[in-house]
Amino acid sequence: MTAPPKIAIASVSKRFDSARGESVTALDQVDLAIAAGEFVAIVGPSGCGKSTLLNIIAGFETASSGQVTLDGRPIAGPGPERGVVFQEYALFPWLTVAGNIAFGPASCRTTPAEVDRRVRECVALVKLDGFDDKYPHELSGGMRQRCALARCIANDPEVMLMDEPLAAIDALTRLDLQDELLRIWSEASRTRTRTVLYITHAIDEAIYLSDRVVVMSHRPGRIRREIRVPFSRPRDPEVRTHEAFHRLSDEIWQLLRRDP
Amino acid sequence: MSNGLRSLTVDFAWRLVLPVILIVSWYVVTEINPLFHPVILPSPLAVLRMFGKLVASGELWSHIVASLERILYANLAALAFGVPLGLAMGLYRPFERMFDGLIGLFRPIPPLAWVPLSILWLGIGTLSVVFITFLAAFFAVLINTIAGARAVDHLHVRAALSLGAGRRRMMTHVVMPSVAPYIFTAFRIALGVSWMSIVAAELVAASSGLGYMIMYYREVLRTDAIIVGMLTIGVIGLLMDLATRRLELRLMPWRRGFSLA
Repeated sequence: MTAPPKIAIASVSKRFDSARGESVTALDQVDLAIAAGEFVAIVGPSGCGKSTLLNIIAGFETASSGQVTLDGRPIAGPGPERGVVFQEYALFPWLTVAGNIAFGPASCRTTPAEVDRRVRECVALVKLDGFDDKYPHELSGGMRQRCALARCIANDPEVMLMDEPLAAIDALTRLDLQDELLRIWSEASRTRTRTVLYITHAIDEAIYLSDRVVVMSHRPGRIRREIRVPFSRPRDPEVRTHEAFHRLSDEIWQLLRRDP
Repeated sequence: MSNGLRSLTVDFAWRLVLPVILIVSWYVVTEINPLFHPVILPSPLAVLRMFGKLVASGELWSHIVASLERILYANLAALAFGVPLGLAMGLYRPFERMFDGLIGLFRPIPPLAWVPLSILWLGIGTLSVVFITFLAAFFAVLINTIAGARAVDHLHVRAALSLGAGRRRMMTHVVMPSVAPYIFTAFRIALGVSWMSIVAAELVAASSGLGYMIMYYREVLRTDAIIVGMLTIGVIGLLMDLATRRLELRLMPWRRGFSLA
């Protein structure tokens, strides 16, 4: 671990001032280093500030103190090298699937032919072939999230920030999409290392997807423990039934439960 | 398919029930068993005959054209002023603070209250009517555009930012499409309210147009022509509403999902 981290979070705190003049500490002295190509999942109870942390890395919010750097450079606002996938998909309803996917490349001064090529590539990658001309409201939740993933990847980001992307998806589709997400990530990683920060409140999902699970505690949000996931890649769906998987899941569950 | 057609027919039949009852009773109390003097309530046949006469002479048509022309100018002006100001007020706080008080004060003044001033300033004629109906349309456009600008989804803004959209692209590709349905609703409402106020404006401030026509025939006690004028206003209003709804779905196909919900 001598290589400099892709993302370095150094004693980041975030306080929100409420309208009544009270101050709420969402994040308290958070330190975290994420290596290039690593898939890190953050689990924590709702309101533990995990989304706030993601928003700071994305550049949507600024830290009250501390610093976040990407490749050693401090983050100043959102940028196309950090793609974001939202729980609510946040697809543009006025654009078709193809239009949504083209949005990023077209924003970044790509030639029309190149935009077209990327759209076709990404549509195929997330298996939405034949749905290019559909509008988001014509798609199921799972397909919308596939489209949102494709939109993110179309911009060729080095870092993918995912904020509970599967939380709004029904349980069966969710298991399916977890495998799809891993497949898409590994295929997209052939052309460039893709670092993923994945926010979730589902422990099993965090273990199944990631290389490392970061457990956060509730208010103020602090990192409680970082746990390396010992399972090899590509992940076999069977791993979910392994004894070691359950022990890990239980360990994290205990950590979250002891949280006052 | 045939099932859909049948339900459409049934739907249409339900819509016809009330108009048919209304026309039949109107016919009964005027032709079969006359209860009113024709000046108070002429028969539907008399109205129909008058309609034919007004169409044949070209008089009705010239009034319709005069009114529509004014409505067109008024609404184009309302869009031209209302949309930019509404966007500015909805998106930038300082603009909102600057204009809010003034607009709050002027908005409750009914367009008709402007008639005396507008006659003094602009005289009797097209300019006055356009001005009065412009005021009616302007506030409808402004209020809806402000609401639309405020309703831009912050997640869409964040998504666009992280996809690399700059200020300009954010405006043209996120804000405008988000606000477009509101502007369209604004236009539809503005068309409706300005159409309603045009008649009132023409009653006093014009020498042509459907409002003027109604007023003129009241003076000569031709109630049948008054009713022709009123029904013409109603039918044109209805057609404008239908046309703008159609146009909305055509221009913004993604709205189809919302109209079903």
